[in-house]
Amino acid sequence: MKKIKELLIEKLILICGLASIFFVLLIFLFLLKEGLAVFKTVSSFNFLFGKSWYPISEPPALGILPLIMGSLLVTLGAAIISIPIGVGCAIYIAEIAPLKIKEILKAGIELLAAIPSVVLGFIGMVTLVPLVKTVFHLPTGLTALSGAIMLAFMAMPTIVSIAEDALYSVPKTYKEGALALGATHWQAIWRVMLPAASSGIVAAVMLGIGRVIGETMAVMMITGNAAVMPNSILVPVRTLTATIAAEMGEAVVGAEHYFALFAVGIVLFVISFAINVTADLFLHKRQ
Amino acid sequence: MVNSVRNVKFEIIGLNVWFGPVHALKQISIGIQANEILTAIGPSNSGKTTFLRMLNRLNDLNQDFKMAGVVKLEQEDVKNIDTESLRKRVGMVFALPLPLPLSIFDNVAYGVRMHGEKNEKILSELVEVSLKEAYLWKEVKDRLNESAFKLSGGQQQRLCIARTLAVEPEVILFDEPCSGLDPISTAKVEDAMVKLKQKYTIVLVTNNVKQAARVGDMTAFFLNGELIELDRTDKIFNAPADKRTDGYVRGEFG
Ligand SMILES: Nc1ncnc2c1ncn2[C@@H]1O[C@H](COP(=O)(O)OP(=O)(O)OP(=O)(O)O)[C@@H](O)[C@H]1O
Ligand SMILES: [Mg+2]
Repeated sequence: MKKIKELLIEKLILICGLASIFFVLLIFLFLLKEGLAVFKTVSSFNFLFGKSWYPISEPPALGILPLIMGSLLVTLGAAIISIPIGVGCAIYIAEIAPLKIKEILKAGIELLAAIPSVVLGFIGMVTLVPLVKTVFHLPTGLTALSGAIMLAFMAMPTIVSIAEDALYSVPKTYKEGALALGATHWQAIWRVMLPAASSGIVAAVMLGIGRVIGETMAVMMITGNAAVMPNSILVPVRTLTATIAAEMGEAVVGAEHYFALFAVGIVLFVISFAINVTADLFLHKRQ
Repeated sequence: MVNSVRNVKFEIIGLNVWFGPVHALKQISIGIQANEILTAIGPSNSGKTTFLRMLNRLNDLNQDFKMAGVVKLEQEDVKNIDTESLRKRVGMVFALPLPLPLSIFDNVAYGVRMHGEKNEKILSELVEVSLKEAYLWKEVKDRLNESAFKLSGGQQQRLCIARTLAVEPEVILFDEPCSGLDPISTAKVEDAMVKLKQKYTIVLVTNNVKQAARVGDMTAFFLNGELIELDRTDKIFNAPADKRTDGYVRGEFG
């Protein structure tokens, strides 16, 4: 009787596992089927490197380079802002902060992670956007820079908590070894702790960026959504994610525009997948 | 053999240590002579490591550490010496060899470089001298650029000794340096320690009573945070004053 119960539970769990894999596969196949259809009308080179995106003009121009550039610019900006601040904050929490401040900071970071992105986008819209506009004397504050700053806030909790974890799991003996040689606290951090935690920190950064590149709502609200080739970080841009979100509703099912948006989805999927796999590689190297 | 003028390196007076509620060291007073090996023995949790880490103030890292009493290095209270220069003068070798993922040469040069020495000629001289003093030079002189991880456990431990020596300390603290080593490697590390005392003062914490008997000049027996007996090593092992010391060195408990 007991045996049968065990067996039943085992099979049930197996089915759950298989089902989740099956659904992922199904989604992926659907994405491929709908997305690849666009290459009947436009070559993959022209799709990826074409400089104009006018999906509803006649004939439609389906080059997504401006969108890729928009995503890259915003993501890169967010990375440049969030990596030093995030890693610095992780070092502070793991190594320097007294117990009380440490608890407060960790709670704060968790709170930041819990703010829904649309709320963060809204706050950014009414505070950050006017600020960027006045500081740089721009006609509009809806720029790639605003998006980058906003996204840096979203990447930060991931980066801080995973990097802090990596630093925390460096064996205590490493640090003591350095200190016993007469190292200052900072020398021990810089020359021993950080190198020892480096793969975990890289993974933290990759996961933080992975989160940023898939972000849609906040970006849509504050980057201005102009699908043109950006020539600086102070102009409006449109990202891959925002394009899908904004245009899918009005695209006619079965039209080129519709297929093109799916293909944008494939590109996005490939980028996120690559980032996650890289992060995974670094995390496993650590263990 | 009685020296009329004895040179006291460390003087510990009425030392008490607490970790939160744990009273880890109780009213310890010990003088450590220069150019001698003091061995500290005692069962687990008797406070040997705590005592050792008082000498280079490594216990300061612990959040709920509290102390009373004085530790003096050459007449100067260690509280008044900044920790970096104290730890340069008082080096430490840990139980597990901890080479860094660097070459043999860079491992030995590590501490010296950290303290700002950039001259490659001085560095390579220091590395050679330190490796010789740690009795490792002959075994590694042709492979200084290989990774330190390629060395055996015993060689790695002597590499860590060389790394400590390169900083040119006055005192070297060893915390069970042979606990992970085979008997042959242990003998080599012991050899190195005995020869090192000509130049350095050595404090050796060990769980191996025979090792304490082999290399010690003075031996301190710790039990439950108390210093039960401190005397010349041969006295401790042949005619201890306290019954508990006698029981421990004869292996009756531990
Ligand atoms: N960092 C610490 N925090 C709290 N308690 C500690 C700490 N270090 C040591 N203690 C306590 O102090 C006492 C003495 O420990 P210590 O490590 O000095 O013993 P030991 O003689 O070195 O033992 P062993 O032979 O096992 O290494 C123990 O009761 C231990 O639990
Ligand atoms: Mg110990």
